[in-house]
Amino acid sequence: MTDDKKVELNKVSDYPEMPVSLGSMLWNKTSSWRNFKPVIDGTKCIGCGICWKFCPEPAIFPTNPPTVDYDFCKGCGICISECPTKAISKVDETR
Amino acid sequence: MNEKKKDLTLSIPKEEIMQPGHLACQGCGASLAMRYALKALGRNVILDIPACCWAVIDGPFPYSATGVPIYHTAFETAAAVASGISNGLRSVGKSGATIMAWAGDGGTFDIGIQALSGAAERNDDIIYTVYDNEAYMNTGIQRSSATPHGAWTTTTPVKHFKKGEKKDLDSIMVAHGIPYMATASISHPEDLIKKYQKAAKIRGTKFLHVYAPCPTGWKSDPAMTVKVAKLAVETNVFPIYEVENGNYRINIKPSKRKEVKEYLSMQGRFKHLTEEDVKYIQENIDRKWDTLLKKEQYFSSKEK
Repeated sequence: MTDDKKVELNKVSDYPEMPVSLGSMLWNKTSSWRNFKPVIDGTKCIGCGICWKFCPEPAIFPTNPPTVDYDFCKGCGICISECPTKAISKVDETR
Repeated sequence: MNEKKKDLTLSIPKEEIMQPGHLACQGCGASLAMRYALKALGRNVILDIPACCWAVIDGPFPYSATGVPIYHTAFETAAAVASGISNGLRSVGKSGATIMAWAGDGGTFDIGIQALSGAAERNDDIIYTVYDNEAYMNTGIQRSSATPHGAWTTTTPVKHFKKGEKKDLDSIMVAHGIPYMATASISHPEDLIKKYQKAAKIRGTKFLHVYAPCPTGWKSDPAMTVKVAKLAVETNVFPIYEVENGNYRINIKPSKRKEVKEYLSMQGRFKHLTEEDVKYIQENIDRKWDTLLKKEQYFSSKEK
């Protein structure tokens, strides 16, 4: 359930009897959706956990200071606008 | 640097049941709602999702970003299927799982209300959640009966913006006499999680109305999702209250009511409104808030 491999369903007999989910969506790296990335400044961070709390992915790990999972961050910017000490900055990304 | 720092302050459960990789738009309020709801309910949950944004966010069959079993259903049958799963499990002697129907506002306020009313009347043991983004966002922002007065949608374009109030589904559900009805907002996750944990312990139909801003449909900045939801609470646009066995209790009372103008100006869907329209909306909100306060007062005086 937690691995990021794609489930292969080639034959009809591979399908489950009930249409319930089998695999996770972790193979779908959504990082290509973003135009900028949030970068957390550990010296300004007060460890309040607000960025982790309001991340809709969730793509922020609750460490101290928090770390961003750049594989999945879609760059919505909620963490940047909610950070009480402005410790998260917007960094443009090119690829 | 080697000095070990203290852990992060966590006000909500740490375990993540919803996983990243889902297909929600940037800054989606609905995905936050699901994340909090699953944090509150744990892994022993069976979800039942009709056609709505979450049917897409979740990922294509056979994948799922939620980490719990999901049953996709037709648009109008969310509550009926949840009743079926709940009663079916009971009849084979399996208990303990929480059955949650998770529908959008179109699938609840308009299309699913018949099935929901039936489930509430039978008082089947389910949690019914409506995540309210105030239009049919999944199919391209068409108006629903949850769309507020003055809002732009693709079927109510600027010249003919929606006229008429949002349907008061909360009162309709209270009138069914269900044991628990609550409203919650993604801007107040602690309150939302407390309500889900409470609902999981109650037997019978539980209805939760979760406010979930949609940056795509509301034409607001994705980064402002939480701020918009917070303002909706602070301006009394979306009051946070619960009704337990008919007793009203307002959970969050803003100390000073903010002007609704502030809330409307953050969203492109209200850009066309004139001063007069804003005044009308403000009056309506104040009237509704007064009614709610009176209801709460009536029940608190009865308790004494």
